[in-house]
Parts: sequence; structure tokens; C-alpha cells
Amino acid sequence: MWNYEKRLQYPINITRPNAKIAQIIMSQYGGPDGEMGASMRYLSQRYSMPNRKVAGVLTDIGTEELAHLEMVATIVRQLTKGLSAEELEAAGFAPYYVDHTAGIWPQAAGGIPFNACEFQSKGDAITDLFEDMAADGAII
Amino acid sequence: MMISQMNQAQLLHWIDMVSFAVVEITEYLDTHPCDEEAMKYFNHYADLRRTAMRAYAEKYGPLTIDTANPDNYWQWASSPWPWEGGNC
Repeated sequence: MWNYEKRLQYPINITRPNAKIAQIIMSQYGGPDGEMGASMRYLSQRYSMPNRKVAGVLTDIGTEELAHLEMVATIVRQLTKGLSAEELEAAGFAPYYVDHTAGIWPQAAGGIPFNACEFQSKGDAITDLFEDMAADGAII
Repeated sequence: MMISQMNQAQLLHWIDMVSFAVVEITEYLDTHPCDEEAMKYFNHYADLRRTAMRAYAEKYGPLTIDTANPDNYWQWASSPWPWEGGNC
């Protein structure tokens, strides 16, 4: 189970909205190397991890990724909040706005919806750990 | 600075710092369960975090359900959420 903590892992206070940047940053929410994939990757892989200590790391890192997910969503939210439909359209945000307005929805910057195929869970510790290294290498 | 002298922003910044230390040392200890120096580090920052979380809840409202202590008003869902700039 999980408990929520009512703060961000690192504070976010954006003073100047910018829908153009929001559209790019959104990829870190629901894109191929985003935090949604990262959290689901670790939290799914842990069940078949034979090494108990590594299952512990997968649990705690997967949990931390959820905190990152919340920070990215907050950035996107604050970057688009309060902008008019005209301002959003001028920033190239219309294709997103037509389906989601200023709501937070997991997609890549190019509009591709989040997909569980962004990560793997094979039931084999070595295979999964290699995937983790490849994934975190992509994020760095 | 003692946490009793901190304003809300300073106390929250302190909580963010000591919590980050706790999260990271937790992940290290998961695979290094015999490292006594790391456990000392954990105990030190976990204690600072507990104290700060209680102080914050008392003055500004709870950041966790475990530190909620409602009297006549349920603050948890009424004060601003982190993405709205609450506790940020």
C-alpha cells in the first residue's frame, strides 16, 4: 500500500506560463522515457525479483519515481494555467487542448499516448535489470 | 536555525532537505543492510524529519495523515495542494 505526502519532493513555483515548453516537458510525464513508465517499470518488476534486497530497491525507487511524476505534472500544470485558448493556440498547444484542455494526460511530446510497451517486465532478474540500466541511461 | 524559529517556507525547505537525505539513504541501505555508518546517517536524518513533520503539522497543517490531529476542522483536503503552490 502507499501513503501520500502533501508536498513536492522539490518545490515548483513557476511564475511565467509557457505552453510551448509545457508541450515538451509533458513527455517526461507520459512519454517513452517518462516518469510514468519509470515508476510502473520498477513497481511491476519487483514481484518476480528473486533477490529480496533488490526487490526493496525497486519498491523504494519506484515510489520515488511517483514523486517525480507528480513534480513533472505540476510543472506542466503551472506552465499552462491561466492561459486563454488564443494564447494556447498561438503556442502550438491546440492539438492537445482540443482533447484535454489544460488537464494533465500522459502522452509524449509528439502526441503519442502513454503505452505500457515503454517498459518491460520479463520475470527474469537479469533481463529486467538490463532494461532498467538502459531506461535510466536514456533518462540521464 | 532551530526549527521553532523557522517560518513556513523555511520549515518546508528543511523538511524537503532532510526527507531527501532519508529517501536516498533508504535506497542505499536496501542493498547495504550491514553498513553501520549509513544506519547512523539514516537515524540522524529520520529523527530530524520526524521532528520537523510534527512541528509543521502543528503550525501549518499535516503533510501526512499520520501527523494529522484534527480538532474542529479537517485541513487535509482544504488547504492548497502542492501543485497549486501549497506546501511549496
